[in-house]
Amino acid sequence: MKKKNNLKAWLYLLPAILFLGVFMLYPLVDVCIYSLEENFHFVSQKYSGVGLENFRHVLTDPYFAAALRNTLVLVVITVPVSTGLSLLIALGLSSLQKVKKLFQTIYFLPYVTNTLAVGLVFWLLFRNTEYTDGLISSLITMLGGEPINFIEGTYWQKMLVTCLYTIWIVMPFKILILTSALASVNQDYYKAARVDGASSARIFRKITLPMISPTVFYLIITGFIGAFKAYSDEVALFGTNLNVAGMNTIVGYVYDMLYSDSGGYPGYAAAAALLLFGIVFTITYVNLRFSRNKVQYM
Amino acid sequence: MKVVLENLTKRFPSRSKKGPDVTAVDHFNFEIPDGQLIGLLGPSGCGKSTTLNLISGLETPTEGRILFGEEDVTNLPPEERGVGLVFQNYALYPHLTVEENIIFPLQNLKGDKKMTKEAMHQKAVETAKLVQIDQLMERKPKELSGGQQQRVAIARALVKIPRVLLLDEPLSNLDARLRLQTREELRRIQRETGVTTIFVTHDQEEAMSISDLIIVMKDGLVHQIGKPQDVYDEPVNLFVAQFLGTPQINVFGGEIRGGKVYIGNEAVMDAEGKTDRKVWVGIRPEGFIPDPEGPFTCDMDRVEVMGRDVSVVSTHPEMTGRCVRSIVSSENRFEPGQETVKFRLKPNKVFLFDRESEERV
Repeated sequence: MKKKNNLKAWLYLLPAILFLGVFMLYPLVDVCIYSLEENFHFVSQKYSGVGLENFRHVLTDPYFAAALRNTLVLVVITVPVSTGLSLLIALGLSSLQKVKKLFQTIYFLPYVTNTLAVGLVFWLLFRNTEYTDGLISSLITMLGGEPINFIEGTYWQKMLVTCLYTIWIVMPFKILILTSALASVNQDYYKAARVDGASSARIFRKITLPMISPTVFYLIITGFIGAFKAYSDEVALFGTNLNVAGMNTIVGYVYDMLYSDSGGYPGYAAAAALLLFGIVFTITYVNLRFSRNKVQYM
Repeated sequence: MKVVLENLTKRFPSRSKKGPDVTAVDHFNFEIPDGQLIGLLGPSGCGKSTTLNLISGLETPTEGRILFGEEDVTNLPPEERGVGLVFQNYALYPHLTVEENIIFPLQNLKGDKKMTKEAMHQKAVETAKLVQIDQLMERKPKELSGGQQQRVAIARALVKIPRVLLLDEPLSNLDARLRLQTREELRRIQRETGVTTIFVTHDQEEAMSISDLIIVMKDGLVHQIGKPQDVYDEPVNLFVAQFLGTPQINVFGGEIRGGKVYIGNEAVMDAEGKTDRKVWVGIRPEGFIPDPEGPFTCDMDRVEVMGRDVSVVSTHPEMTGRCVRSIVSSENRFEPGQETVKFRLKPNKVFLFDRESEERV
């Protein structure tokens, strides 16, 4: 009887196992293999040896170093800023009564807008063309400053635009999740705290924040992971040749190693991808360890 | 601290745009004496919780005033009123330990009321001892039973030594046995602290058993205020009579005619000096005395033996409920197959209410 049931269970699991096996497990293993095959050639499907040469190459490649630095800067700036801002907006939204729905919709718009369309909007805001200096530049000129071509400007000017873009595009989801987290906190806690004489700041710190801490933590983890995977936002702002713009990311580097003009090195790409995985894994693990005592699962 | 409610009224805007306002509490006038335990009683939606919220300051009245002692607190926010509030679901902060929960109100004190950590701990332990949870200070709320959680909630409400303690349906989340225990406990804590306490309940038995005074409400209106026994013995109208007492009072359609009360064709008792009119006749279950010569005849349905007492279930054409339930001493014997049963009535257990106004005649 037991054996039969087991068989049945496996049968039910089969479609999922097949799917996961073909599209998840096989590629994962394959990437690991690629990363160890030295001087693999696509056309001849031959390689010269097995070892860590790919990793050595990637780690000494200045383009990878630049991509890594860009990605880290993006992560360090955008994750805390976007999460913090989203929390502020969500708090504001949940204290609104009448126009809440309208604002919720407005704040959610970036989420449903295509990345490239958003890129266009940011061009209009930040890019100098023959016809216009871009809205922000025009504003700066109006206030008596020098026009800045952000998109083709200095590293930090470009980074500023990139961070703004990323923050802007990840916030809707965070706001949505946080608003519902705030709404799910039982109002009685707030009433009790008010009767007990707690100030708004103390209610937020001592009650609201611990109550929604699992959600905040979830957003921070997924925020980190998402920011490490940044690529399309940079393409939308600076085009596909990110190395020229100096705005490449790790995922961009992986792409370059595979497909672009300088591509054709699946070994390097695989090694870079695994390095990215290692970083994301480590950070998530540290996050989990660090937050164990801070996050309250009710 | 006595609590005075003057013309207290709360109207909520209607859900639909054009509908009339909903009056949750309608011109509530009462002075709650110092140090008493008050049961605010009524069916759900009668405005009792709103009244509690008005006293706590979580809601502001549309009209009227609230005074604690001589001080007008109508416009004070909840934190400045010095009330302790226990919620139906306790609202214990789940991420804080029992001690942290109890200390929470003390940590909010400002200015010269501010306490040292040591003093707060001392106070928390003292209060926890009062409600007998001092062994559980390090636990989280979810590690406690329902009854223990409630004690923590009461401790948190008491730790600041409130002027008034308010409890919203304090016993409704507990199982039957625990409810009996806890209500005694509530009584004891109230006696020991002497804090004026108002608790809301829809359970008449609960209210009657521990309150010094009960306030019976319906549709925002106070119907009767009095000592539990007085309200039970002298209900002012049909609603109060029906709301208090288990089993419920039996109500019959009847008539006063020529100084006698008629149910159907039988003159069941005297009604000297009362004008002729149609009435509702309410008879408490304990108001029936089986008597073969009695004036009131019911059709026998069954007899339920309860040990000390016997519950005689019968029917009558003029009854308004599903059956007539009378509680009589088990010394009475009933023949199997007996088709009718005759009763004498105890006059002090029979109430007459006007058929139209439902007020006591």
